[in-house]
Amino acid sequence: MRDVAVVGVGCTEFGERWSASFRDLFVTAGTLALEDAGISGERIDALYVGNMSAGRFIEQEHIGALIADFAGLATNHIPSTRVEAACASGGLAFRQAVIAVASGMEDVVVAAGVEKMTDVGTGVSVDTLAGAADREWEGFAGATFPGLYAMIATDYMHRYPLTREQLAEVAVKNHENGSKNPIAQFQNRITVDTVLSSSLVADPLRLFDCSPITDGAAAVVVVPLERAREFTDSPVRVLASAQASDTIALHDRRDISTLDATVAAGKRALERSRLTHRDIDLVEVHDCFTIAEICAIEDLGFCAKGEAGRLTAEGVTALGGDIPVNPSGGLKACGHPVGATGVKQICEVVTQIRGEAAGRQVDAEIGMTHNVGGTGATVVVHILGA
Amino acid sequence: MSVSRFWRKIPQRYNLIGTQCMTCGQYFFPPRSLCPDCRRSGRIVDHRFNGEGTVVTYTVIRSASDQFENTTPYVLAIVELDEGPRLTAQVACAPEEAEIGMRVRSVFRRIAADGESGVIHYGTKFVPVDR
Ligand SMILES: [Zn+2]
Repeated sequence: MRDVAVVGVGCTEFGERWSASFRDLFVTAGTLALEDAGISGERIDALYVGNMSAGRFIEQEHIGALIADFAGLATNHIPSTRVEAACASGGLAFRQAVIAVASGMEDVVVAAGVEKMTDVGTGVSVDTLAGAADREWEGFAGATFPGLYAMIATDYMHRYPLTREQLAEVAVKNHENGSKNPIAQFQNRITVDTVLSSSLVADPLRLFDCSPITDGAAAVVVVPLERAREFTDSPVRVLASAQASDTIALHDRRDISTLDATVAAGKRALERSRLTHRDIDLVEVHDCFTIAEICAIEDLGFCAKGEAGRLTAEGVTALGGDIPVNPSGGLKACGHPVGATGVKQICEVVTQIRGEAAGRQVDAEIGMTHNVGGTGATVVVHILGA
Repeated sequence: MSVSRFWRKIPQRYNLIGTQCMTCGQYFFPPRSLCPDCRRSGRIVDHRFNGEGTVVTYTVIRSASDQFENTTPYVLAIVELDEGPRLTAQVACAPEEAEIGMRVRSVFRRIAADGESGVIHYGTKFVPVDR
């Protein structure tokens, strides 16, 4: 296996991008990533694209070929593959690119993620996202995606001393970080009161506990480490790539409040990189809901079960804290175009390690990403370092 | 949901019929046709659950997909059947009545409809046992 490096990153602005089409989004992100790597399209050997549900959001399938075509690569006939694992599609696309390069099969590979979610109404998008869980036995009964995470929150708050205010602090912190990220969907600061006075979506979760509906795309360029200096003076190494799965339905899990797939993927990533938690300078976690960030911090092993709420309220996960969590603003404030999120997390960690994150810069040599599909049926964890 | 997709699951949804692995004794609902522990050496048979169980966790859905929007707010729970398996279902009770540990039993109820003139889906809901 060869060592692998990221030599270019690009990300569109995230938000309700009414005037931008699906094609506009991925062309923009891809162009930014290629410019960043200083290469032209004909150098690309293969393309992987994470996308959850273009079929339902824009009634378009065959996304791999579409992207290769509109990125101007159709005449080169490169392999282009769509990767799907619900909200973990982006992280998984990146992992496929890493595997392709590590194996020696390909040299210059683009991993992208894209989702155009605002062309359908809220009812349709809620129903589409519910497809990340078990359609026959969760969705049929009336389970929404926020509803499933709400049941995690109910169980968690029954068993551990997490207060409603501490949960709100997750959103407050992520909006604070988002206010320093020029691509973030929400760049406004909020207070605990903003969260607690927003409308209930699924008890105990309120509107400001939930990540938004977002349009956006992200792309990165992956090459063998030994060739990385041809493209950039500041390559970022992929120190570990890990993936784990679990039951599709929340009701079949060993423990409702622990994402065992997060535990497994996190452990494997640390073992493969021969690193410990103390070596990790920042982590981008999958905070599709505030409770998801609490579980992620604990299940990745940064603290014991039941402690993440208190640590969040004490500022330990803030930009200046011991372990900054979601400097980008996370899914909550930066936005959550489901197929693009996992790739955006890689872009953020690379930007931080290069020292190019401006107002939200943390002191970072090594960073981790954590991307979740559904309520934890797929988890992808990556560790990157200078 | 297509008519055939719904009809295929009528025994399970109307009568709470799941499966049991006769090799290791585990019960499955929703039904599985492959035992995750015994795999190919498992012997799977149908099993009708008695329908009583306990609420493990719950929420109150205030914002739903189009199919369910006119029934909000409703209580959604993970129920552990007395035989062991867990399933996700609505509990027909007031939002403030719902609590962890609550005893419930299954009833046959209307779940949703595909639009105003579409197919009506029936299935399992739960009610508090004390009623
Ligand atoms: Zn068995």
